[in-house]
Amino acid sequence: MFKHEVFEKNSILLTLGILIAVAIGGIVEIVPLFYLGSTIEKVEGVRPYTPLELAGRNIYIREGCYLCHSQMIRPLRDEVERYGPYSLAAESKYDHPFQWGSKRTGPDLARVGGKYSDAWHREHMINPRGIVPESVMPGYPFLAKALLSESNIAANDMSAHLRVNAMVGVPYTADMIKMAETDMKAQAGDPDSDEAEALKGRYGEKVNVRNFDGSPELTELDALIAYLQVLGTMVDFGLYKDKAPVEWQR
Amino acid sequence: MPSWGGMINGLMTLSGAWDKLRTDPVMRMLVASVAFYGMSTFEGPMMSIRAVNQLSHYTDWTIGHVHSGAMGWVGMISFGAIYCMVPWLWKRKELYSLKLVSWHFWLATIGIVLYITSMWVSGIMQGLMWRSYTSLGFLEYSFIESVEAMHPYYAIRALGGAFFVLGALVMVYNLIMTVKAQPKSKSAGLPALEAAE
Repeated sequence: MFKHEVFEKNSILLTLGILIAVAIGGIVEIVPLFYLGSTIEKVEGVRPYTPLELAGRNIYIREGCYLCHSQMIRPLRDEVERYGPYSLAAESKYDHPFQWGSKRTGPDLARVGGKYSDAWHREHMINPRGIVPESVMPGYPFLAKALLSESNIAANDMSAHLRVNAMVGVPYTADMIKMAETDMKAQAGDPDSDEAEALKGRYGEKVNVRNFDGSPELTELDALIAYLQVLGTMVDFGLYKDKAPVEWQR
Repeated sequence: MPSWGGMINGLMTLSGAWDKLRTDPVMRMLVASVAFYGMSTFEGPMMSIRAVNQLSHYTDWTIGHVHSGAMGWVGMISFGAIYCMVPWLWKRKELYSLKLVSWHFWLATIGIVLYITSMWVSGIMQGLMWRSYTSLGFLEYSFIESVEAMHPYYAIRALGGAFFVLGALVMVYNLIMTVKAQPKSKSAGLPALEAAE
């Protein structure tokens, strides 16, 4: 009969034993993933973030927004009715790291894009209680003053951020990486400019191009609002409405 | 199952020495920690059941759960171990005051209980508010109404947290006094060992 005492009296052996036991469990869970072609179903419309949106995402992470806001709508009737169509895996496939979150001190943001106006976001960021009196969200008035060119999030070279994302599998082309700085500025500028056209050529016609924060400078608030306004808007759920189960329809 | 094996093993170690719970506050702390361990490791798998998770996920219930593990199990077992080891390390015969340990125990326990019960109530309430419907089939509450409803529970939670921190400060004081106390000179001829800073 196997003697457990051997393990109990020899800590190295016990550690090795634990390691082997844990490894078996790990391997059983992990190895099948190597043999699956893909764990994410392809969905039309999902594209990498534009440089400005990516900068906004960086600010979202820097300020810890994910601690109070989730970005994952579960396929439950009340969530779909409150927030919109449930989140698809593909919608966060270019998020490194993903921002699903685990706590809703504030509401889910997976489909906040287009739900409120830029002006609403602007006011709300500067003074949340000016818009929602009962809100417990802290204000972020400094974002409106922080120039993106001096920000620790996007300073000097936005292309570095795109390059890093490309390294982990986001399909940024060489062109997108090279033009990152120009594209970032163009998105918060004149929608009719040549630069804006070039940006849309790279990222698609649906890209929001406008002055998000209402001030002439390119600020962190521009980037954050650009990010919030694209959240959950990439996939056109109108296409799926007829085929989808009833819960999908709002 | 392994968690509960550990918990039962821990508690049964005390077989025949249960009177220590009355006489030794450090032991009381260790036993309470194992009890919290058992409770939170039961709660965790339960919360992973789909029907429960539907309600509990994204709410304060999760916060309460992790704090019963962090403050109840990890915190209490660490306090107990520190109370045990500090006299050993500084070669002191005993702790400065067992009465203060007892105070720490009750402050920490009451703190944890206030904390996790308020988080249970607010978490379940949040979950229920988010999914409640009116008779006409509309969502009954806006999100902000659920935020407002949390207010009293966050106050209770803060109070519980303050109790817990206060208990830890009592411990710090007790340990400093333990280290400072000169060992009673049994070994009169030998120079007393300096505390390692």
